[in-house]
Amino acid sequence: MSTERPGQDAIARKGWLAAHKWLLLRRTCQLGILALFFIGPWFGIWIIKGNLSSSLALDVLPLTDPYLLLQMLAAGFVPAATAVVGALIVAVFYLLVGGRVFCAWVCPVNMITDAAAWGRRRFGIKANHAPDTRSRYWVLAGTFVAAFVTGALAWEWINPVSITHRGLFFGMGAGLWFLVAVFLYDLLVAQRGWCGHLCPMGVFYSLLGKTALLRVAAPRRDECDDCMDCFVVCPEPRVIRPALKKAGQESPVILSSLCTTCGRCIDVCGQKVFRLTHRFDQRSSS
Amino acid sequence: MSAKPARHAGTPEKASLSPARRKFLAGLAGAAGSGCLLALGAGLYAHQSRALAAQALRPPGALSEDKFLAACTRCGLCVRDCPYNMLMLARPGDDAPTGTPYFIARDKPCEMCEDIPCIKNCPTGALNPKLTDIAAARMGLAVLIDHETCLNFLGLRCDVCYRVCPVIDKAITLDRQHNTRSDRHAMLLPTVHSEYCTGCGKCEAACVLEEAAIKVLPIPLAQGKLGEHYRKGWEERKKHGGSLIGDQLELPVRGLEGKPYGDSRVDDNAPAPQAESDDPPEANGINSRWKP
Repeated sequence: MSTERPGQDAIARKGWLAAHKWLLLRRTCQLGILALFFIGPWFGIWIIKGNLSSSLALDVLPLTDPYLLLQMLAAGFVPAATAVVGALIVAVFYLLVGGRVFCAWVCPVNMITDAAAWGRRRFGIKANHAPDTRSRYWVLAGTFVAAFVTGALAWEWINPVSITHRGLFFGMGAGLWFLVAVFLYDLLVAQRGWCGHLCPMGVFYSLLGKTALLRVAAPRRDECDDCMDCFVVCPEPRVIRPALKKAGQESPVILSSLCTTCGRCIDVCGQKVFRLTHRFDQRSSS
Repeated sequence: MSAKPARHAGTPEKASLSPARRKFLAGLAGAAGSGCLLALGAGLYAHQSRALAAQALRPPGALSEDKFLAACTRCGLCVRDCPYNMLMLARPGDDAPTGTPYFIARDKPCEMCEDIPCIKNCPTGALNPKLTDIAAARMGLAVLIDHETCLNFLGLRCDVCYRVCPVIDKAITLDRQHNTRSDRHAMLLPTVHSEYCTGCGKCEAACVLEEAAIKVLPIPLAQGKLGEHYRKGWEERKKHGGSLIGDQLELPVRGLEGKPYGDSRVDDNAPAPQAESDDPPEANGINSRWKP
């Protein structure tokens, strides 16, 4: 086990490419989504218009962030049908696929906080003043209260997720400092501080994906050699244990909806313990 | 490095405050505290910075500012759909609340497209789809704000704001006034009429001065408002086909009862005023002799 460079064993056994398969796929997906938004303003090819808050794909398919829509309702505004339909489409997708798939595969802030987590490991930064992981539920509730009290989408003033994504396509301005703040917070103050402890969007999508079908499982858990590499790379380390060590559950499936389905544990495991599967896959070597 | 043990995993073994339970409650309080603090921060910040700068105007059909801040998803579809690229999404630190669309008339005014493409794809109705006639848009209201530098007020024939107005001769008219400085010329003063001005900003963009003398302002800034109970006499009169209080109003003059008309002396020993006419004085009041 190496806390600075987890996954050495996996690289040695499976080869570099196989030990980075899901990471590469994920980065491709994240950058691909950004590219789809970019080729409109850059090359005039409008596959998708707008940003993650709301967009229009191929001039027909409306998409709206359901979390934003709920805040809108809390603020006392009933939006037009397009936004409601768009939010339903997005909600159903994440309901099926897995709420926090958004965090790992779509959200642009993920690359920033992943970079910070990588920096922490690489430079051995141990300082960790992370708030309780339940803080995010309070932030989530607080954003609705703030919307209700101010009658405006209060969270949107400082939401680093939408500020990042909007900033990339419409101009970042002072929003850059929000990103720097999130990066430095994650790097120097709190391990996985933003995505794992505070971000209300992540926890909203987690609640949405409570029963999602797409899951990571540990079918070869008896092969586990306790190298801890998966725990080191996992953005939500406590979700692995129940499935891997049968702590409170028999199923080899990682059932916690806080799992972002990033697949990094599959990558770094030299013993090929993990695989991406569906919720009802009970195959297990033990 | 191993994962931190779950702080809230321990279930209390005793009903009293066992260390595990104490830890659980402390963790919960910490979570609640930090969570609420962050959300409160957002709320306060939103409350502080919700004001729109005076020069930042909303796209056509935008709901009133209060509603707009609840309704706009900050997606930028209106910005993308504007064929003239004159709309912007506010960046943090700009003149408008983060992410909301606005334009600065002096830089790039609204071209008032007849099909209003910016409204079409608005997913929430923050830009009201009921606005189908661009002439009915009210993005702001032009105000000839500086009478000291406006060239027409100086007696010249600039007229540029009037000429570029898409609603020429309705939203802006040239009103003739005597030029008292030269005493022999006319001044043609650009005059904005709120019932026609759409607030497109063409006049402000075109003003030839270094700083525009005519500016488009958000309507609440630009316009006064009469008290709800105010009635204009001449309008009421027209509505009712005649004065509601009689053609002539006579008010009693307290303290001068019994004196002849026109005699307003308090001191009876002062010399009596000369009667102005032979009309008999009216009792208990003053007859101004004004007839409409």
